[in-house]
Amino acid sequence: MSSTYLGLPSFPVAAAESTRDEQLRANLRHATHTIRAKRATAISELTDWPELRAAGAAIKDHTLAHLDHYLLQLEAAVTAAGGTVHWAVDADDANRIVAGLVKATGETEVVKVKSMATQEIGLNEALAAEGIHAYETDLAELIVQLGDDRPSHILVPAIHKNRHQIRDIFSRQMAAWGRPAPDNLTDTPADLAEAARLHLREKFLRAKVAISGANFMIAETGTLVVLESEGNGRMCLTLPETLISVVGIEKLIPTWQDLEVFLQTLPRSSTAERMNPYTTTWTGTTDGDGPTDFHLVLLDNGRTDTLADSLGRQALRCIRCSACLNVCPVYERAGGHAYGSPYPGPIGAILTPQLRGTTTELDASLPYASTLCGACYDVCPVAIDIPDILVHLRERITEQRRGHALERAVMKAATWVLDHPSAYALARQTATRTRHLHPTELPAPTPAKAWSNARDLPRFPGRSFRTWWKDRPAGEAPHGRPAREDTTR
Amino acid sequence: MTAADKASAAGSSREQVLGRIRAAIGDAPAGEVPRLDPALRTYRDTHVPDDPAVVLDLLAENLADYRAGVHRCTPEDLAATIARLLAERGARAAVTPPGLPRPWLGAIAGTEVIDDDGTLTAQRLDAVDSVITGCALAVAETGTVVLDAGPDQGRRVLSLVPDHHICVVHAPEQVVSSLPRALPRLDPRRPMTWISGPSATSDIELDRVEGVHGPRTLDVILVSSPPRSG
Amino acid sequence: MRVALFLTCVNDMLYPQTGRAVVRLLERLGVEVDFPAGQTCCGQAQYNTGYRRQAEPLVRRYAEVFDGYDHVVTPSGSCVAMVRDNYPRIAARAADEGRDEGLAGAAAAAVPKTYELTEFLVDVLGVTDVGAYFPHTVTYHPSCHGLRMLGLGERPRRLLQAVRGLELRELPGAEECCGFGGTFAVKNPDVSAAMGQDKIDNALSTGAGVLCGADNSCLMHLDGMLRRQDAPLKALHLAEILASTEERPYMAAETTGKIR
Repeated sequence: MSSTYLGLPSFPVAAAESTRDEQLRANLRHATHTIRAKRATAISELTDWPELRAAGAAIKDHTLAHLDHYLLQLEAAVTAAGGTVHWAVDADDANRIVAGLVKATGETEVVKVKSMATQEIGLNEALAAEGIHAYETDLAELIVQLGDDRPSHILVPAIHKNRHQIRDIFSRQMAAWGRPAPDNLTDTPADLAEAARLHLREKFLRAKVAISGANFMIAETGTLVVLESEGNGRMCLTLPETLISVVGIEKLIPTWQDLEVFLQTLPRSSTAERMNPYTTTWTGTTDGDGPTDFHLVLLDNGRTDTLADSLGRQALRCIRCSACLNVCPVYERAGGHAYGSPYPGPIGAILTPQLRGTTTELDASLPYASTLCGACYDVCPVAIDIPDILVHLRERITEQRRGHALERAVMKAATWVLDHPSAYALARQTATRTRHLHPTELPAPTPAKAWSNARDLPRFPGRSFRTWWKDRPAGEAPHGRPAREDTTR
Repeated sequence: MTAADKASAAGSSREQVLGRIRAAIGDAPAGEVPRLDPALRTYRDTHVPDDPAVVLDLLAENLADYRAGVHRCTPEDLAATIARLLAERGARAAVTPPGLPRPWLGAIAGTEVIDDDGTLTAQRLDAVDSVITGCALAVAETGTVVLDAGPDQGRRVLSLVPDHHICVVHAPEQVVSSLPRALPRLDPRRPMTWISGPSATSDIELDRVEGVHGPRTLDVILVSSPPRSG
Repeated sequence: MRVALFLTCVNDMLYPQTGRAVVRLLERLGVEVDFPAGQTCCGQAQYNTGYRRQAEPLVRRYAEVFDGYDHVVTPSGSCVAMVRDNYPRIAARAADEGRDEGLAGAAAAAVPKTYELTEFLVDVLGVTDVGAYFPHTVTYHPSCHGLRMLGLGERPRRLLQAVRGLELRELPGAEECCGFGGTFAVKNPDVSAAMGQDKIDNALSTGAGVLCGADNSCLMHLDGMLRRQDAPLKALHLAEILASTEERPYMAAETTGKIR
């Protein structure tokens, strides 16, 4: 993955800092709670939501199970329609292909539609190294690019910024990148959108090369589909002469008709709309309409490794709606940057360690960035069982990584005790007998200290349940005992 | 790297990716053509009753909900409706695709009509106030009009760069209730734009505001004959 | 009907009063309850932390210990979810690895007879008014496992609403996780505490004197925060409220003071 994300701290370390950022917490809380209620309303309009969800999962699973077949079908259809298909095994491969295609046009500027795949491979940085300037045109991506920031949300990469902060970034930075922000720019969203419209229009009108991703690729027809709201996607997909689309191989679906499922589930899950304002579909090139040169770069970059895990491959169903981020209590408090990848939140916690592996502290900490509360699974429009995959990846980490030796020994010992009732009884009795020596907080840097920083330790009870049970007269009537002893906590 | 090396490297990436996929999923039986079990499609074909009037009302309601201007008229009133919308807008110039029926434009006064001959540049279109198009289809449940670059819709750029889009929908023949009913009527080999309201963004605090790069005003004219009496 | 109490390890170690409350409640409703002494733990901590194979002996133990009972009742939603959702997975994954070792049979035996307390009361016994008396204001935190995995729905609230003297107050953001998450609380202590703080702030905003839950592991986390902050709110398991009657009312605990 991109060098942007190298050397970042582990999730708990980054999250410790972000949870203390009151402004960030307030911005995230406001945004995620706004969209949660709207999403629930949008979905309640469809009485067959569970059936649509199951069908979406089934279509994706079916495609993944025959991925080679469908990719070859796609390649043939795109080629027949006048496009050129390239295959990239990893980020370097993809960046090299794209940079070569741009250089072949003689251009040094490209406009971009928001694309997770190109963030994942660090395309902008790779192009910059080749002297090519990439302009992000999605409003939130523009905010991130002008602010020299990193995206923190799949749908709304600048979710961590509120309107006042966005106004400041526009006023300060737009001039250095092109048309300056209007004087006295206010922080009303309509004025901010207008400023972005004016700033980017000159870039759209002169652009010769555009780079996009795609939400879906249709194998039978070679059609690519991009859903968007602002019209920047239409600008990029329609005006330039050359269009280069970098798309993960898992974005495939078999047939045009299959869109009937995803065009119902994606907008409602994503922006909580019945339908997003604009969807563009194109098949190769069309005489007299849109780009004359179309290149499709099919990206692996860890996807086949993910596919090889029969449980973890569910993550490849993902249609990048971001509903799981919006309901995640951990994401809401830690923020997107703590996940150290373009894919934050619950989906990132299962996707990133599969795409990148678990060799870094950060990537190995991601599967633990969840309480397994299950809210993500409930809202997922393709029914990815995120908690189940999190646990599965934890297992992979405990088996493969050093640094879990102590925890492994503790778990093993615990299981032995729990599987030997006499040892279990002894442990329980010891804890009870020494209860008056137990402190309510601990000084040393131990897991128990992590607990007692914010909470008192639980008190061990004076009398165990088993003693009470054993001492109970046989056939004791329900009201036979004084109540006081029942209240020891 | 020579051109030949590049070609060979590209070939090897393709073979590597396909090889990894086959290793990951296990080899499917040779010659098998995969087909998704149709029994998995248990969702509904439509969510509205098969009544053209109900479907048209729903389309109007959903278009308006996403801030499109909705105007209903009879075929006889279409030209006057288009002329009125251009006049209200104060449009000095409007572009039309080459196959737009000329009678639609018969009542326009005070707006220059520019017929697209395929050479208008985006820069030129940026100075045009309005665009008038037909559509391929409209979807009631989602409040969507679909343009497929047909003769009365023209190149995609026409309905993109001007800030005001007037889109004419003929009911009931161009209106379907749902997405499952829309897709079989569209040819994916044609470039398409699905439009549901004017451009919008949720990028500021995840709250929707209308109006970014695409046309900030979308007027949809729903043309239908009045129900016959008796 | 042979009914066994599965106390769970957390309650066995730390919350015996919850176990006693379940026994008294069920006996009051005419159920004969047994407590098989060989029981220990469902294996949730091992499984959720990534030590699936360490949970396997506990799957077998669970099935063995509760062999012969018609119903196993436990006052912990997360332990029921462990049995119901994860025991079959543990067996299936062992099978994928070419092993069985009695796991498939153990899971198949355990799943259908394991009930969370409110499920047992409402679905098996068919009662919502258990004859309880608890003259305090209460707000209810549904806990993730109860809410999403088990789908307990309105059962706990219906039981609480039928308690005489009890005033139930809506908890804002009730569906949100409290931030405990087992080892999450120590692996991600800052996020866990931030979530816990929001939960107790919401609970305090109701003005209730009791924060009720049906899972003591969540309550241990919340109670630890409440005690650290000396907050005027007491965390209490639902079973203890349902066990309280006019003849034998619940009395405030020795360590945490009275309910306001």
